[in-house]
Amino acid sequence: MREHYKALQRKIVLIMVAAAIVPLIILAAINYFEFQATFLREAQTPFRSIVAKTKNSFELFLAERSSTVSLIASIYGYDDLADKGTLRRIFLAMQREFAGFADLALIDEDGRIVNYVGPYYKELEGVDYSSQEWFHRVRSQNRYTSEVFSGFRHFPHVVIAVRHTTPDGQSWIVRATLDTTQFKKILAAMNLEPGSDAFLISRQGILQTDSAYYGKALEPVPLDLPAAGQEATVAESVDSRGRKILVSVAGIADTDFVLMAVKSTDAFLLNWLIVRLDLLLVFLFSCLCIYFVAARTVGRLIDRLHQSDQERERAMLQMEHSQKLSSIGRLAAGIAHEVNNPLAIINEKAGLLQDIVALEKEFPKRDMFEAQLASITAAVQRCKDITHRMLGFARRMDVKIEQLNVNDMVRETLTFLEKEALHRQVRIVLELDDSLPAVSCDRGQLQQVFLNVLTNALAAVPEGGRTTIRSFARGASFIAVSFEDNGVGMDEETRAHIFEPFFTTKGEEGTGLGMSIIYGIVKRHGGDIEVQSELGSGSTVTVILPIRQPGTGART
Amino acid sequence: MTSDNTISTVLIVDDEVEFAFTLAQRLGLRGYAASVAHDGESALRSIAEARPDMVLLDVMLPGMHGIEVLRRIRELDQDLPVILLTGQAGARDGIEGMKRGARGYLAKPVDLGELLEFFHGPNREA
Repeated sequence: MREHYKALQRKIVLIMVAAAIVPLIILAAINYFEFQATFLREAQTPFRSIVAKTKNSFELFLAERSSTVSLIASIYGYDDLADKGTLRRIFLAMQREFAGFADLALIDEDGRIVNYVGPYYKELEGVDYSSQEWFHRVRSQNRYTSEVFSGFRHFPHVVIAVRHTTPDGQSWIVRATLDTTQFKKILAAMNLEPGSDAFLISRQGILQTDSAYYGKALEPVPLDLPAAGQEATVAESVDSRGRKILVSVAGIADTDFVLMAVKSTDAFLLNWLIVRLDLLLVFLFSCLCIYFVAARTVGRLIDRLHQSDQERERAMLQMEHSQKLSSIGRLAAGIAHEVNNPLAIINEKAGLLQDIVALEKEFPKRDMFEAQLASITAAVQRCKDITHRMLGFARRMDVKIEQLNVNDMVRETLTFLEKEALHRQVRIVLELDDSLPAVSCDRGQLQQVFLNVLTNALAAVPEGGRTTIRSFARGASFIAVSFEDNGVGMDEETRAHIFEPFFTTKGEEGTGLGMSIIYGIVKRHGGDIEVQSELGSGSTVTVILPIRQPGTGART
Repeated sequence: MTSDNTISTVLIVDDEVEFAFTLAQRLGLRGYAASVAHDGESALRSIAEARPDMVLLDVMLPGMHGIEVLRRIRELDQDLPVILLTGQAGARDGIEGMKRGARGYLAKPVDLGELLEFFHGPNREA
């Protein structure tokens, strides 16, 4: 039986927990992915914007330099530029105004160096560029910014070349060289967090500046190259060392350069991990809460169910028991009745024999006969006692609910005790409300209740005391009968245990069952007994009975 | 109700033949003229023919119940003293009978002394 409730409890808890946790899991999963996406976005946005800003810096830097070279090519005539002194003066002014110019050269239409200012004048004396690619590019485009290369100088540099054509058809090329230390300064200004890296590459994937992690300038970059447009883009990737990275690229306008920045996702992952842990803790805590609430609630529910089942079972047993007793009672009554008839015959026959013996003047062995007949009569008397006891038992078993007037019942009960009250000079005061409706009770049991309470009241008062019996309505559906005495009263202890079986204040004289039995009777009738008492100043016992009983009737 | 000290005829109504006749015999020995009826119908006939001074009426009779017999007797005669004999001491039948005008009731087996007391006095219970 116990197992059955355990299994039921487990099942209900499981269903409740599942019903609560499944939506929680769905919610947590949605949260998880939303958070992840948000985190990724939050990590990418500033990264992209700094890359975009730096790209603009590069574009501005190169555009300034290119414009300067173009300006020089157009405002000075060929002869001025071919003059060593003038070119030197121009170059010094350029260096002063714009950082990064390494040299300046004038190249004629055929690719030969005409004039040169810079540190490599010896190496470059009369060099012919006509076969070099940049020369062809500048001839066709008029303006050209090269990739980084070492060339004749053996250090990474960028060439800016501008071709100028006069209205009369003469043209020349002014070429300046930029060293890449300026690039490094721009990149350093990005102020990237440690572990990150930023560098320029060519569209072919050749490093243009030194990288902290991915090689020196002019080496190929060991990363997958995302398609680089004008706008900065961010993508997730894994580098050659297996690190998870974010890669941002932005193409620099009018050049082959691509700005590339690499950021480890570790920091971002750590933040995400913390948030994820928070999420997990909240989830686990919620699960625990749900489980405990479900388990406790269901546990209490099941306990109550178990209790009410037990109560019902007890009530069923009690009913069965009382029905059994009732049928035993009926059986006893039947037997007593049947036995009484032959018993009556025996009794009369023996009586007749006694009569005959008594009437005969001369009866031999009269004494012996009379003795025998006397013992027959005595035996009949014993049998009569037995059958009467059986009938008495049967009557007790037979509860009959009747509509009774409590006032009549009080008066009837009083007749049993009037003699004792008179003898002890106890005054009994009746204050009965005659307008009370009838109550549904068993006559014998109600009499037992009143008799018991009244006996106790009389026992409590001293000689010459007083007992007041009142009947009155208690609310709309109850009638109360109170028995007030001015006797010895009860202490706290007695009052607390008064209805417990075997509790008695009368020592050996009492069984301690009276009050517990009548309490049971009143409870079964749907009523209650209230006790008010003060030690030394008396007690009031109030029997409360319902006017209408729930159901058809109580059977004991 | 008359206090009657001059009872001489008694009708015993009981289906237990042996009981009825033996009791009749014992009353006979004490100077009463006792007759016997074994059911309600014959008892009523007998009362109608010759009114006895006293009726001893068993409650558990075959056919008509003792209480019903008592009711019919009261229809015929308001004053005829009736003593009920019951199988159950102090039982509802006895009380019911008292309400319907029986002088008293006695539980079987009957003590003759108790019964004779009824012959001399008015209403009282055993």
